[in-house]
Amino acid sequence: MQVPAHVEYEKAASLEDALSLLARYGPGAKILAGGHSLIPMMKLRLVQPEVLIDINGLTDLCHITVTDAQLRIGALARHVHLLESPAVGRYFAILRDAEQVIADPIVRNWGTIGGSLCQADPSEDLSAAFAALKGTMVTSGIEGIRTVSAREFHTGPYETVVGPAEVLTEIRVPLAGISGSAYLKVARRVGDWPVGAAGAAVWLDGDTIVDAGIGLTAVGARHFAAAEAEDYLRGRPAVDDVLARAGEIAAENCRPVSDQRGPADYKRHLARELTTRVLRTAVRRARENAAADGYAA
Amino acid sequence: MRITVTVNGSEHHREVEPRLLLIHFLRDELRLTGSHWGCDTSNCGACVVWLDETPVKSCTVLAAMADGRQVVTVEGLARGGELDPVQRGFAQCHGLQCGFCTPGMMMTARWLLNRNPDPTPVEIREAISGQICRCTGYENIVRAVRWASEYEAQARSGGGLQGVLPNQHGDDDAEVIT
Repeated sequence: MQVPAHVEYEKAASLEDALSLLARYGPGAKILAGGHSLIPMMKLRLVQPEVLIDINGLTDLCHITVTDAQLRIGALARHVHLLESPAVGRYFAILRDAEQVIADPIVRNWGTIGGSLCQADPSEDLSAAFAALKGTMVTSGIEGIRTVSAREFHTGPYETVVGPAEVLTEIRVPLAGISGSAYLKVARRVGDWPVGAAGAAVWLDGDTIVDAGIGLTAVGARHFAAAEAEDYLRGRPAVDDVLARAGEIAAENCRPVSDQRGPADYKRHLARELTTRVLRTAVRRARENAAADGYAA
Repeated sequence: MRITVTVNGSEHHREVEPRLLLIHFLRDELRLTGSHWGCDTSNCGACVVWLDETPVKSCTVLAAMADGRQVVTVEGLARGGELDPVQRGFAQCHGLQCGFCTPGMMMTARWLLNRNPDPTPVEIREAISGQICRCTGYENIVRAVRWASEYEAQARSGGGLQGVLPNQHGDDDAEVIT
């Protein structure tokens, strides 16, 4: 029987309340959102907080809104809300693709976007998706609001820049130009961590790649990204052999490790192949989006 | 800590430890043993109940998190002594063997049909993809949910139900209900 160790519990009435509770209890306190990573970790004694600060009542952190300039996702939005958001599906297909393969439908009902990101598991999908989209994380503390790029958010496995008295409150993604995106994952079965996964976002001007973002999951990529492949793509034509070369560069620059999900060379193969495929899909979607919006691309 | 949880329409007040999991609250405190405690690792889905009308794995939710919320368990499916069509479908289509996964499967099935009254077999399989039947009786679980879907469609259209819905025990034509 797995049950968490003894823990105290506080229910936050507001963000300010959560922050003052964090300040009062210090580093022994943990924010409890969906709990779908934290509670299993507590059962296994991998983490043993003294106090849980439940923020599930903070409905003003549940939003998903798309404005002209950006997508804003409240940290407490559940995975299912991101998956089912028509605006997200329309403009940020990479997030819909990723959400379709995160955990399983029941876990997606209660697990939160912010919780997944703060868990910072190296095999977690959204970190790579937001790295590809060049998103920004917003944290709140007693001293105010901080923003940090998605690629700077993680400082190591299970570690982020969120301070002990801070809360991740929102993720922002810019919405600009003619773009398309996609995510692909290879996993052994539903609910398992990926063997490898890749996400891509491309911004086009005609047939030229103006900018690209590539996210890699579970293959030892720095900051969940393939910066060298992105550099290669910038300014090049969006044609198949260029995209395939970007896949090779992404694979050359990641450092997968062998484990029960597969040997390192297979994961490197996945990094190359999945990167190439998501780039192709992202380019196709960018052209479709451009056509739908009445632009030539 | 003191919590108030409405389970299957009845309000319950209990003094609980914050670390108490919702599945144990339901089974041990309220003696609602229909929801099964299975893998303990949010993999198997035997413990699925609704929390504010959404299926969740109750081994991964604290009872404290259900404070002030509505919970529905498998005991809440039948109404006024009438089995829910999902329950009837499982009985009609041999949708259970050992029965351990059944409460969770039925809670997810009811939720699916509320959102999507006419799901395809693929959509049913996707909906229950986070739940494990160790008897591997998935074919008949899918048939059972389809049976409930057809039954409710007939009921909605006001058609007579008698003799329309065949018993289904894995026959090849089991999914053909017109």
